[in-house]
Amino acid sequence: MKDNTVRKAEEKTVAVCDVSRRPQPAPGFRRKRLTVPDVAAWGTLEALESEAIHVLREVAGEFRNPVLLFSGGKDSVVLTRLAEKAFRPGRFPFALLHIDTGHNFPEVIAFRDRFVAGLGERLIVRSVEDSIRGGRVVLKSPIESRNASQSVTLLDTIAELGIDACIGGARRDEEKARAKERVFSFRDLFGEWDPRNQRPELWNLYNARVHDGQHMRVFPLSNWTELDVWRYIAREELAVPSLYFAHEREIVRRGPVLAPVSDLIRPAHGEASESLSVRFRTVGDMSCTCPVASRATTVGEIIAETAVARISERGATRLDDQASEASMELRKREGYF
Amino acid sequence: MATTDMLIDDVDSEAPALSKDLLRFITAGSVDDGKSTLIGRLLHDAQALMEDQIDALARASRRRGQEGLDLSYVTDGLQGEREQGITIDVAYRSFETARRRFIIADTPGHEQYTRNMVTGATNADVAVILVDACKYWLPQSRRHACVADTVGIRHLIVAVNKMDLIGYCQAAFEHIRDEFLDFAARLHFERVVFIPISALQGDMIVDRGANLPWYEGPTLLEALEEAEVPSAAYGSDQAPLRFPVQWVSRPGGPGRAGRRGYMGRIVSGSVAAGDEVVILPSGRVTHVEEIDTYDGVLARAHAPQSVTLHFEDDVDVARGDMIVATTQRPTLVNALEATICWLGSEPMSLRRRRYLIKHGTKTVAAVLSRPSYRLDITTLARDTEAATLVLNDIGRVTVRMQDALPWDPYAVNRATGAFIVIDALTNDTVAAGMIEGPVSDAGVVAS
Repeated sequence: MKDNTVRKAEEKTVAVCDVSRRPQPAPGFRRKRLTVPDVAAWGTLEALESEAIHVLREVAGEFRNPVLLFSGGKDSVVLTRLAEKAFRPGRFPFALLHIDTGHNFPEVIAFRDRFVAGLGERLIVRSVEDSIRGGRVVLKSPIESRNASQSVTLLDTIAELGIDACIGGARRDEEKARAKERVFSFRDLFGEWDPRNQRPELWNLYNARVHDGQHMRVFPLSNWTELDVWRYIAREELAVPSLYFAHEREIVRRGPVLAPVSDLIRPAHGEASESLSVRFRTVGDMSCTCPVASRATTVGEIIAETAVARISERGATRLDDQASEASMELRKREGYF
Repeated sequence: MATTDMLIDDVDSEAPALSKDLLRFITAGSVDDGKSTLIGRLLHDAQALMEDQIDALARASRRRGQEGLDLSYVTDGLQGEREQGITIDVAYRSFETARRRFIIADTPGHEQYTRNMVTGATNADVAVILVDACKYWLPQSRRHACVADTVGIRHLIVAVNKMDLIGYCQAAFEHIRDEFLDFAARLHFERVVFIPISALQGDMIVDRGANLPWYEGPTLLEALEEAEVPSAAYGSDQAPLRFPVQWVSRPGGPGRAGRRGYMGRIVSGSVAAGDEVVILPSGRVTHVEEIDTYDGVLARAHAPQSVTLHFEDDVDVARGDMIVATTQRPTLVNALEATICWLGSEPMSLRRRRYLIKHGTKTVAAVLSRPSYRLDITTLARDTEAATLVLNDIGRVTVRMQDALPWDPYAVNRATGAFIVIDALTNDTVAAGMIEGPVSDAGVVAS
């Protein structure tokens, strides 16, 4: 497959896939006659979708140089479909940006490249490895989680490219700190989020104004839940990485979590690994993202499992959030997604 | 291990859930009214809390030497809040029942209550106001009701909490209800539901409990499930079309695929292919050729759908313009009377500061007048002597704008009657504005 991405190390330019030669309209645009939807029967998904499209178009209208943060995970796949709904048959008025920790699951990176090639939009990749080589990130150990280090690479990229808005797939149901964040979340010169001094967010009138050096994080999926995301994936028939579906995997049991065995996580002395049918509820840094036991091999089965799940999405799946009750808040204050 | 990216199979078994509607509500209460406990109880009893969250609650409760679950820890999230034992800002929580999906905007009741409550209330369909049964009817609760009224909430649920501490006394509940109704009669609520509850014991939140046999009304959850979603009314065919243009699409290329499209969200009424429409502020009349979406062409689209409009003529339309119906056209004026809630830490400046108004998708420079009155939100008295408005004040001002805006009264349409005020120097959002009407001396620019 043609690699659609250009890494910074290979080439200094930002431009990536040559879309000028692509036929218009962009691929994936389909057209069929619809019946008139009955507004009274409008459901939650329709309301959330329309709200998210509105947010994305406001970003396009208000910012000079926005990007969409794309990780290849399910939330960014949903976000990309919403961007298609907002801007097709035209092209996106922003590029996609992936902050590569170098600790990604290989399936996700393969998925990302295939997905972006099919989408026909520009993908910019910046890697934590480069930040480590450049001395901007110093790790205590090569296998430690790079989740927090992403913030450094992200903020450096924002400065490098003069980005004034980052669209992200974060949701308020994920975590306590996120529950208090605005849809348009202001970041100061240092990329910091100040939870005590947020701009009031009134109606759907988003104040998108920032001075040079400051930027905005924009979260169109703020009001979505994990279940909404899966229902939307089902409704839109979206492809997601295979990691989300049940598969056999070597794991080590560590307290409540099932740590996936890899180059980064090996059974310690006294620990035994075992093979189990698992799926991932989130995909992130390989050193801290853990699967849950599951036999769900289809989106329908995942929805059924999620609807009756008794553990929250990040509850038994993240080693880094377990560290302290305020881990996410502290990372966010330092510029995390 | 699977090597291919899997697509979807049949998920029809889940279909009924897709049509659940969405109700947004705000909760307001004073310090120590037990609001955090109420929300914790609502989520816990509606089975919207996960086991790991309950475990975290139990850990937090134990750490502070409490036995059992302290449900108030469900909503307190940030480190500063835990240290100081207060709630800082609006927190949003989602949960769903078999009947409906809910989004709660939880606003704290300490001294910045107006700022916080306005922030949470502008998108709310219903307000739940918590009253402490032990304290009877506090000035704080009047303020909460007044703020809810100001931002146009018409459906109120008054939850009289801590009934367990007064022996579930019916007379005390009725006393609070009657006093509240006296006050609310001077406001604009269409529906006020009173519910005696104990968040601590779980009475009348989700389960009825055994302690309130004399109460025959709905539980809190039932009241929320039965509430009408007023925002649905904007999509009715009777409401006039309002379509603020967010983004102009110019895909280029040959043929119809390359023509310009005007993207936005219908905020009121509906539009059909072939309809005659007016572009404001130019006043140019054209016809809708096609209503487009990613999923296909629509014959008719309603609020709050996000769509793309194509016109028959090659007209000049930009972001900030508004597409409206030819009948019930809004007037264009450059001076408006508005009620504003001041949210900035610096007082409203009458001269030195340049303010910007964002209304729909348009941002214009504006000057604010000295308030014609400042509302005392506890007594509803109008103070006509106020020199300016400061943080948490609500008052009536005249807004003079650089460009004329098409407007509707806020009471008729929240989307075209609302604006925010931005300080052009700091970029802070300093006020929420609700349009009452044109200024008598300003004159109408066009109609």
